[in-house]
Amino acid sequence: MFVSLTMMASGLAEATPSPIIQQLSIFVLAVFVGYYVVWSVTPALHTPLMSVTNAISSVIVVGAIIAVGGEGMSTATWLGLIAIALASVNIFGGFAVTQRMLGMYKKKEKK
Amino acid sequence: MSQSFVDWTALAYLVAAVLFILALRGLSGPETARRGNVFGMLGMLIAVGATAFNPEAIHFGLGYVALAVLAGGAVGLVIARRIAMTAMPQLVAAFHSLVGLAAVLVASAAFLHPQNFGITDSAGSIILASRIEMSLGVAIGAITFSGSVIAFLKLQGLMSGAPILLPGRHVINLLIGLFIIGEIVTFALVQDTTIAGIHAFWWVTAFSFLIGFLLIIPIGGADMPVVISMLNSYSGWAAAALGFTLHNTALIVTGALVGSSGAILSYIMCKGMNRSFLSVIAGGFGGEDAGPKGARADRPVKSGSAEDAAFILRNAGSVIIVPGYGMAVAQAQHALREMADLLKKEGVSVKYAIHPVAGRMPGHMNVLLAEANVPYDEVFELEDINNEFQQTDVAFVIGANDVTNPVAKTDPSSPIYGMPVLDVEKAKTVLFVKRSLSPGYAGVDNELFYRDNTMMLFGDAKKMVEEIVKNLD
Repeated sequence: MFVSLTMMASGLAEATPSPIIQQLSIFVLAVFVGYYVVWSVTPALHTPLMSVTNAISSVIVVGAIIAVGGEGMSTATWLGLIAIALASVNIFGGFAVTQRMLGMYKKKEKK
Repeated sequence: MSQSFVDWTALAYLVAAVLFILALRGLSGPETARRGNVFGMLGMLIAVGATAFNPEAIHFGLGYVALAVLAGGAVGLVIARRIAMTAMPQLVAAFHSLVGLAAVLVASAAFLHPQNFGITDSAGSIILASRIEMSLGVAIGAITFSGSVIAFLKLQGLMSGAPILLPGRHVINLLIGLFIIGEIVTFALVQDTTIAGIHAFWWVTAFSFLIGFLLIIPIGGADMPVVISMLNSYSGWAAAALGFTLHNTALIVTGALVGSSGAILSYIMCKGMNRSFLSVIAGGFGGEDAGPKGARADRPVKSGSAEDAAFILRNAGSVIIVPGYGMAVAQAQHALREMADLLKKEGVSVKYAIHPVAGRMPGHMNVLLAEANVPYDEVFELEDINNEFQQTDVAFVIGANDVTNPVAKTDPSSPIYGMPVLDVEKAKTVLFVKRSLSPGYAGVDNELFYRDNTMMLFGDAKKMVEEIVKNLD
């Protein structure tokens, strides 16, 4: 997927790195982004951090949707559907419980 | 036609990944956190939408997909609404187990029907890179699942929080670990369609489930903050590994974010206990029979009643409250906030001091205090408040123990030596709410109990605070 974009961008370039290298680049850079972003999270919000990372890691659901979407019924369909249901518990539950928790953090009332 | 769809989908995944980064970025402060969470939801919507409505990948079954989302989503929403804040650690553990299991299922689906994922070569067998990625994904996913199940059982009290030590467990774990690596290598070297390849994949799956159980069983209750953070990290790495298999930027970026987030939290928790990550993972800490027990019976302690405590608190100029896991167990946070309100009415300054490893997960105490309507600007982290104890009249310790033990600063032979502790003993008076003189998790007797400026308030944390509230009224 990503390759096509890069190939368009690079125009006449003869060789582009293989997809695995490009993915690895994205991965390594994202680890660094994660490192700096997470260090800036205030310790008071570490529990919401865990519940929201939980919710977003359930983006694995896209893999499950692809598994279901192949031609016709197969074992992959069933595995995919179960995975979708499990991940959905996490996505909806994770974001909702995070929102509920964050709603509790209030500043001192001004007198 | 087909090319543009592929590009649009990839762009949508990129947008989703950026939104996820913003979701985490929002958590740098309570004011921006809720907006961040909305970014996260938006990112998820975009990622799912881009996949579900991509005609290149989805030929079939969108109705079933919707049904599964609705079923799971409804369960999730009900749980999120009903769950008690004190139960957050076990909820997070349960959620981690679901991510792990979903990863295993997706990897298995990709193994069984690789053509759905477009990862086959012209001969119909899975390409080498994908074989490595999916076997790593299934292994990490399975460990996340079974480890989280054990963590959940321990936190929920369905399984003893005490470490369970099997004889020779390090050797057993090492052998299983080597076996899993060996099978991953086999799976990479042979074709996935051969008997050896098929066996290798399922062996990796089965033994990864097994080692997940074995790794968490020997770890005791108060080490759970590290375990939960570690499993959080694993769920991220599993997602990233599958992201490589599926060539999906959103999954790779998200996995990397979650993986590093969990790793940083594990690091912070280990530092909060002054223990190495390896020693926590090796387990066995905090056994019930650990630590010296004999000496404490004959040492005098001062104990007081709720009435005495109320008197001392009312006459204080400043109070710092130090909550710990015991407060969560007794559900004393609401009574505590009432007490603080009454004291503030009397003109007493009230603050809260939180140790990084107080409770059973990172930030556990902050959420409970927030639930009890304690304003977050009255709640301080260890390094921000530790200097204030010496100018404070009363330190009110409730449900915390090891994190206040001055032995950590003075006795190099103590198992908790070097652990950062709250300097509560520097306050003029220490009020220590506790059921008995029993040692804390580390099995170390708390020096603080016997100090001249300490008054023990024996009893259930919630009842004691309620009594104090009555006496303050």
